Parts: sequence; structure tokens; C-alpha cells
Amino acid sequence: MTITISRDKCTRGILTKVREISGVDLSKCYQCKKCTSGCPVSSMAKCPPSEMMRRLHLGDELLSSDILWMCVSCETCSARCPMGIDVAAVMDALRKLAVQRRAAKPEGNAPLFNRAFLKTVQAFGRTYDMAMIAGYKLGSGKLLADTEKFPAMLRKRKIALLPPRGADRKTVRRIFKKTKEDGAGQ
Amino acid sequence: MKYAYFPGCSAESTARDMHQSALAVAEKLGIQLVEPKGWTCCGATAGHQTDRTLAVALPAATLVKVQDMGLDLVVNCAACYNRMKVANHEIAGNRQVRVKVAEAVGRDYDGSVKVRHLLEVLLDDVGTEAIRKTLHSSLAGMKVASYYGCLLVRPSEVTGFDDPENPSSLDRLVAAMGGTALEWPHRVECCGGGLSMSRTDVVVNLTDSIVGMAKLAGADCIAVSCPMCQINLDMRQLDIAKSKGNRYDLPVLYITQLLGLCLGVGPQRLGLNKLMISPAKVVQAVAAA
Repeated sequence: MTITISRDKCTRGILTKVREISGVDLSKCYQCKKCTSGCPVSSMAKCPPSEMMRRLHLGDELLSSDILWMCVSCETCSARCPMGIDVAAVMDALRKLAVQRRAAKPEGNAPLFNRAFLKTVQAFGRTYDMAMIAGYKLGSGKLLADTEKFPAMLRKRKIALLPPRGADRKTVRRIFKKTKEDGAGQ
Repeated sequence: MKYAYFPGCSAESTARDMHQSALAVAEKLGIQLVEPKGWTCCGATAGHQTDRTLAVALPAATLVKVQDMGLDLVVNCAACYNRMKVANHEIAGNRQVRVKVAEAVGRDYDGSVKVRHLLEVLLDDVGTEAIRKTLHSSLAGMKVASYYGCLLVRPSEVTGFDDPENPSSLDRLVAAMGGTALEWPHRVECCGGGLSMSRTDVVVNLTDSIVGMAKLAGADCIAVSCPMCQINLDMRQLDIAKSKGNRYDLPVLYITQLLGLCLGVGPQRLGLNKLMISPAKVVQAVAAA
């Protein structure tokens, strides 16, 4: 397989940056492709995990690569890597960089879903599905997706209508505030 | 047997049946579960995809409350279980993380609360022998495909749950209930739970191959222990039928719902009416056994 990377897409220091965030030494990867073999989305993604590792070695930032947001965080890659590389943590680090540098505009907009999810946690201390779904649908424009299931879900009371109560909201707000102050940011 | 019990956010919404059935089974088997007051979200996938400190601090906020209770923590949701275990692992193993988390939570926590999945309590503390003696009915040879998914078994050095590539916890419970635990592949493949809304196309492909394989193996139902797996494998069968024309009609039950039925708990209390694919055949088979 040939990997072509244009010079303007390469950034010095991406390996160091990813290592800083994830604590993972990427240089141990010797391209056995075990991660890709076990990856449930590798056949659907343009850039499977082993290629992601190689591209990082070569300095490709990959922040707009489809694998970042097709990855289901199942951690099969990390579990099976013979060199003990936590590939899933590399993926998390790249996602964080992608969001920080506003490079993340993937199909389906998983970053928006994450924001909608965490916003409800920040507000109520626990997830509030109705608000999360509304936030994601409004932001993504996917207003009609899954709506045919809603009547049955409501009839079966499979989704809570009212926001969750009883959580220690104060501590959760503090956590969000402090991690944001830390530069970690959402 | 008394434990702190973390229901997880989905227990109050999409997985009330998981929660109800766990409580019913616990009551029947003499397991006392106490919710930590003010428990909060573990952050789930959205948390760790966003920021490492946030992803550890959120579960730590609850873990520190549990530490005050002086009890082991039992978690039923596989995703919450995973995040709690990862938080403990990172805090106990990395001084810098511990300091950052203490600053975020407002209290220092050493990562020492013992976190266990309800399955581990059922198998190790109660034991299959005691469960067998408490049964009112049985699965009467019903063919059950046990599906473990990702978060119980991975990363294995953190969760320490069962054999990561070939787990048997659910199967042992199925066998104890008199069911036939099927040998089938895909038991630890990912169903794509976290992407269910944002990449439904990807998730329909994944669930199609998992449910299809269970059907091919001759399953009468799938047993799960994770709310994301449950809703995904159950509800997405409607999308699979629509977009791919594959109609599996395979009910997906929580292991605690199966166990509850065998312990003589009513289907209503176990929340069986909440499943999208009707479990009527399963309920009838247990009632007739």
C-alpha cells in the first residue's frame, strides 16, 4: 500500500502533541495491522487505524480524517496491540486536537452529539435524553431521523420526559468549570 | 450482602427495565443495594472523547461519595462500569491525574473504591449453585446468544472482567437458569452504541452483522448486560428490516430480565413491555417450564 501525504498537510511535532495528551508512545507501532483487522469500522473508514498510526509517524495531522469520528471507542485495537499501544487513547487525543483547532466537521457530526450530551450533564448532573436529542437534532438538521420510533418509545415510557433530579449538580458544575479553566476545554 | 449501587443515567430513561430488573433480582437473592446520594453522570463516551481530566473527574465525583459509605460499588451499566474502572486505574496509577482530578472535584480521591459489575456479584458472591436453588422456573433449554460487547471486557488490564476474547459470565448464568448457552462469534464485537444517533448508517451495519449471526446460530433470544447494546440491538432491528430487508425478530433481553423471569418475578416489574422486539415467546417458554 502506498500512502501519499502532501507536504502542506504535515506538521512537525504532531507525535509529541499526541503523546502529551494521551501519554502514548506511537513510535512503537510496527504496522502489523492487528488493530485494523479487529476494528469494526475499518472496512467503512477511508483511513483504518493502522494507516492512521503510519500517517502520524510521517507527520500527517489527520485532524479531518473520517476514522476519528467513525471510531466507536470499542478499544479492540488497544486490547489486541502486540506492542501494548493504546490506540484508542491516540484517537481520543486526535479528537481533542480536531475540536480545539476546529477541524472537526465529520459526517453525522459526532462532536456536536458529544457537546449536546455533555451540556445536559453540566446542567442537570446527569444525562437528560430529551434535551440531548433536541440539541443534537437542531444543530445537525437531522430533524426527522428516528422520529418514527418516538411514538412507541413514549407509549412504552422508554424515554424520560422530565429532567433528572437528585444529582449533585454543584460538584459537576465545578468539574466542568475547572477542566475548562485548565485549558482542557470542551 | 450489602453494596453501594450506581444505577447510571440510562436507568432513569431508556434503560429503566435494566434498573427495575436488577433491583427485582437483587431482592430475590438477598442482595442489598444502596444508591449513593447525589450520584452523577460518569461522562460516558462523550466525556473521554472530549477531555481526559473531565472523563476521570466525572466518575470520581461519585466514587468519592461511595468511599464515604464504606461499601464496594456495584454497577450494572457496562459503560458506567468501564468509566468507573478507568477512573480508578488512572487516579491510582498517575499522581498528576490524581492532583488534577482532586482540583476539579474539590476533594482528593485515591482510586481505591472497589468497583464491580452486577454480573460479578451474581457469579462470585451469590454463586450459580445458590441461584439454581432459588429458581421458580427455568429457561427450559432455550437457546440464548450471550452478547458481551466492548465495555465489560476492554481494556482487560483495567476492567479485569472475565476472559476478554472469550468471556463466559453471561453463559454461566444462562446455563444455571437451564438455558442452552450458544457458542457463536461476535460476542465481543462492538455494536457501535455511542454512534447510534450520529452515524446510524455505521451502526445499522454493525448491528445487522451481530443480530444476523445470532439468528444464524439458532438463537431464541440475545442476552445482554449493557443499556447501549440493548437499545441498539433491539431498536435497530427495525432499521435493519427497513434498509436491508433482513427481519430477525430476535428479542434482546437484559440477563437480569431472564433471571427475574426464572426467579418468578412478573414481566411487568421486569419492564419487559419496554422492549421493541416482543419477548412474548421467551416469557411463554419460561412460564410453561
